[in-house]
Amino acid sequence: MTHYIPITDADRQEMLKAIGVERIEDLFVDVPASHRFPPLDLPPPLSEPELMAELNRLSELNAHARRYSIFLGAGAYNHFVPAAVDQILRRGEFYTAYTPYQPEISQGTLQAIFEYQSLICALTGMEIANASHYDGATALAESAIMALNVVRNRRKIVVARSVNPQYRAVLRTYLQGLDVEIVGDETPGSSLADALALVDDQTALLIVQNPDFLGRLHDLRGLGAQVQARGALLAVHFDPIALGLFQTPAEAGADIATGEGQPLGLGLAFGGPYLGIFTTRQKYVHKIAGRIVGVTKDVDGRMAYVLTLRAREQDIRRERATSNICTNQGLMALASAVYLSLMGKRGMRMVAEVTYQRAHYAAKRINALPGYRVLADQPFFREFVVQCPRPVAEINAALRAQHIIGGYDLSADEPQLGNAMLLAVTEMNTPAEIDRLVDALAAL
Amino acid sequence: MNNEEPPIFTYSQPGKIGANLPAAGVETTPLPSELLRQDDLAGFPELTEPEVIRHFTRISQRNYSIDTGFYPLGSCTMKYNPKLHEEAARLPGFAAAHPLQDEELSQGALQLMYELQSYLGEISGFDAVSLQPAAGAQGELTGILVFRAYHHDRGDTQRTEVLVPDSAHGTNPATAAMVGLKVIELKSDARGNVDLDDLKAKLSPRTAGMMLTNPNTLGLFEEHIVEICRLVHEAGGLMYGDGANFNAILGIAKPGELGFDFMHYNLHKTFTTPHGGGGPGSGAVGCTAALAPYLPGPRVRRRDDGTYEFFTPEKSIGRMKAFHGNFGMLVRAWTYIRSMGAAGLRAVSETAVLNANYVRVMLKDIYPQAIDRICMHEVVLRGLIAGAPKDVRTLDIAKRLIDYGFHPPTIYFPLIVPEALMIEPTETESKQTLDRFIATMRQIAGEAVETPDVLHAAPTKAPVRRLDEVRAARQPILRYDAEAISRLQTAS
Repeated sequence: MTHYIPITDADRQEMLKAIGVERIEDLFVDVPASHRFPPLDLPPPLSEPELMAELNRLSELNAHARRYSIFLGAGAYNHFVPAAVDQILRRGEFYTAYTPYQPEISQGTLQAIFEYQSLICALTGMEIANASHYDGATALAESAIMALNVVRNRRKIVVARSVNPQYRAVLRTYLQGLDVEIVGDETPGSSLADALALVDDQTALLIVQNPDFLGRLHDLRGLGAQVQARGALLAVHFDPIALGLFQTPAEAGADIATGEGQPLGLGLAFGGPYLGIFTTRQKYVHKIAGRIVGVTKDVDGRMAYVLTLRAREQDIRRERATSNICTNQGLMALASAVYLSLMGKRGMRMVAEVTYQRAHYAAKRINALPGYRVLADQPFFREFVVQCPRPVAEINAALRAQHIIGGYDLSADEPQLGNAMLLAVTEMNTPAEIDRLVDALAAL
Repeated sequence: MNNEEPPIFTYSQPGKIGANLPAAGVETTPLPSELLRQDDLAGFPELTEPEVIRHFTRISQRNYSIDTGFYPLGSCTMKYNPKLHEEAARLPGFAAAHPLQDEELSQGALQLMYELQSYLGEISGFDAVSLQPAAGAQGELTGILVFRAYHHDRGDTQRTEVLVPDSAHGTNPATAAMVGLKVIELKSDARGNVDLDDLKAKLSPRTAGMMLTNPNTLGLFEEHIVEICRLVHEAGGLMYGDGANFNAILGIAKPGELGFDFMHYNLHKTFTTPHGGGGPGSGAVGCTAALAPYLPGPRVRRRDDGTYEFFTPEKSIGRMKAFHGNFGMLVRAWTYIRSMGAAGLRAVSETAVLNANYVRVMLKDIYPQAIDRICMHEVVLRGLIAGAPKDVRTLDIAKRLIDYGFHPPTIYFPLIVPEALMIEPTETESKQTLDRFIATMRQIAGEAVETPDVLHAAPTKAPVRRLDEVRAARQPILRYDAEAISRLQTAS
């Protein structure tokens, strides 16, 4: 018996007797005898205090935001998480519940997802949102699968080079069995116009990111119409914090908009669990992957929430489903719903504005340093490219000694930029912290 | 639990805010006016923090959960989620570490991942583990992509079929279809095993592999598992193990030793990371040495000097998601294994199987067992009560359980069992709880005969009663729209 198993020895004897076997081993006679009860070579169990000490030790072997100033982004951002978010996530009623398949006793989860869908629609300007994907990368990959189902008999996907390289990798993994051609991102430094030029009568989807992987903001108004005129769909991968101020995917005319919800109250968490946001047009509601919550009434006429349009999903449609997705990131959708509710209209604008202003302050100061140059030929939001006098790995090693985590090294992804670093600044980087970074760079 | 709670949007008042944010505090730069959004975040709610907290707390109380009651949902392994795990995952070195910070700054996280890879490999008898997949279905997608890559690498591009038993989870056929492969369904035999003759007839040079859940979704251990694996291998195919039911066989059998080539673990089932109302999960995968070169990266390995690093296997199918997997779930699973140890994990499976068999023998005289055998961690019964009117269905029994304070079992699955009631008690329930559940099920059987309308009307003690699901699908309202909701409320 362990502290998680409430069956006593006396209980066990009584239950075995009721079952009609003598020993617990007798319940496993269907397992081939030669393979039954293999030894497990695992470390001996630890008590809770011993375990917490070991966990603390491992935790403190990592750099983290309480001990380091973080200027690293590239798809994961150190934004402010209000204490209230985690207090809601810690409610056992939410985090120890299953998927809301029994709606009468799952109204809490269902209402939270419905409000998440509604908040995401308001944020993006899009018509419908699903209940989430695993992360931004898989949401983007699913946008391609959906487009191939909407635009029949076209097998080409065009993806801009300026889409996050990890996302482009996931897109290729997801589509490798489906006889699809993925083009547009082969040439370092190629532009959105280059990608658009590749959209032809064989293309099902154009995928762009705004702000893009290098932090640049694009004016995408009219892009949807141009792509749709060629019979294809447009997918825009957005940043949910940037939407506090900047153009929405709906204003770009997007048919599909995906995003990484991590900045919406989830924290860095060494890469997960994050939140894949997926939105599209109402007319594609039967083509969308994953769970969707809708509103209806119970037999007494009370308003209630329920998983709906289920005939798209794997447990009903099996090999004809729109995707194999089952478990999603439900609790992370709840976290972002709480975050968006706390921020509200004013808070979302403020987070975006403080982020923008501090990023621009940092960029101006760094650009003034001898040997450093900020690439600012286009407007940017929170990330910008800095060309450095020395290899980025060397600079980051020097910053580390001062408890600063520097930017993302672009030398592998975009070698044409030279010793280039992608720096991210959020509302969590105080002006004093930014000054400390600038001083450290100047001293190199 | 019956507090009605309006949509959060109805509380909104202009000018309110629920967060206390810093001012920029720097010299400002003009915003690029042509790039600004035009709608001023129309439709966004405005509330203060106390209002937001009360709203979400109130709706949380309209949920059933493991922390509040027995949740015998078959195939879902709704076991207790230890509170220590929640503290562990929130330690700052795990919760506030950037996924792309240097490996030298992430040694604690990498060590934990490396050790979890080793533990999962040891528990299942596999040579290599990747922690990247985010959920069971993504683990399946990983496995079938690996099978494809393995065959193609050997120049064998004719293997376009995946064999899937008729009792399988829907994710299995849906996964094969996502990889562009054809699904061939296999029949089950009278003892609930895969029909060996049907298997032999359908194996061919086109067979890429077979997907099998063991114990299967009837809650039964495949009696011919070694033979099945041998037949599939002889035909040149590979064996995929759906690990959804792994909670039955920790320390009881190792899938890698039984002949499986690849499997996913549902860390959110067997290794008790919380289900979160639908996710996040973690669908880590394990495989044989022959398939290891195709696994998704990054995986973690130990350098000669004892430090840890990420690497991507040489013939990797690629990334399944950004970064390194649902790391917070990995911390919880690691903590679970270290707190249970080898004997503790075997006790988990033994007790899960004991509990399921106890429920089985105490109920099968009233609710016939689909296949009358000793079961593993779950039992499939049927909602066919002798003497009850024909219109009393399994759904009615499930809804009546809600009135007695229990979450219903999984119903109408597996699809091959009409009126299925799939009960998985798990090892974290006491005999008192099981006895209360058994007594309630027997009482409901009596009601089904004597007062069947009580079952048809159930539930009456939940926050809402049965829903008009057809209306939800025919006139979908998928986002907050005050007018649409008001029309709904006044419609008959």
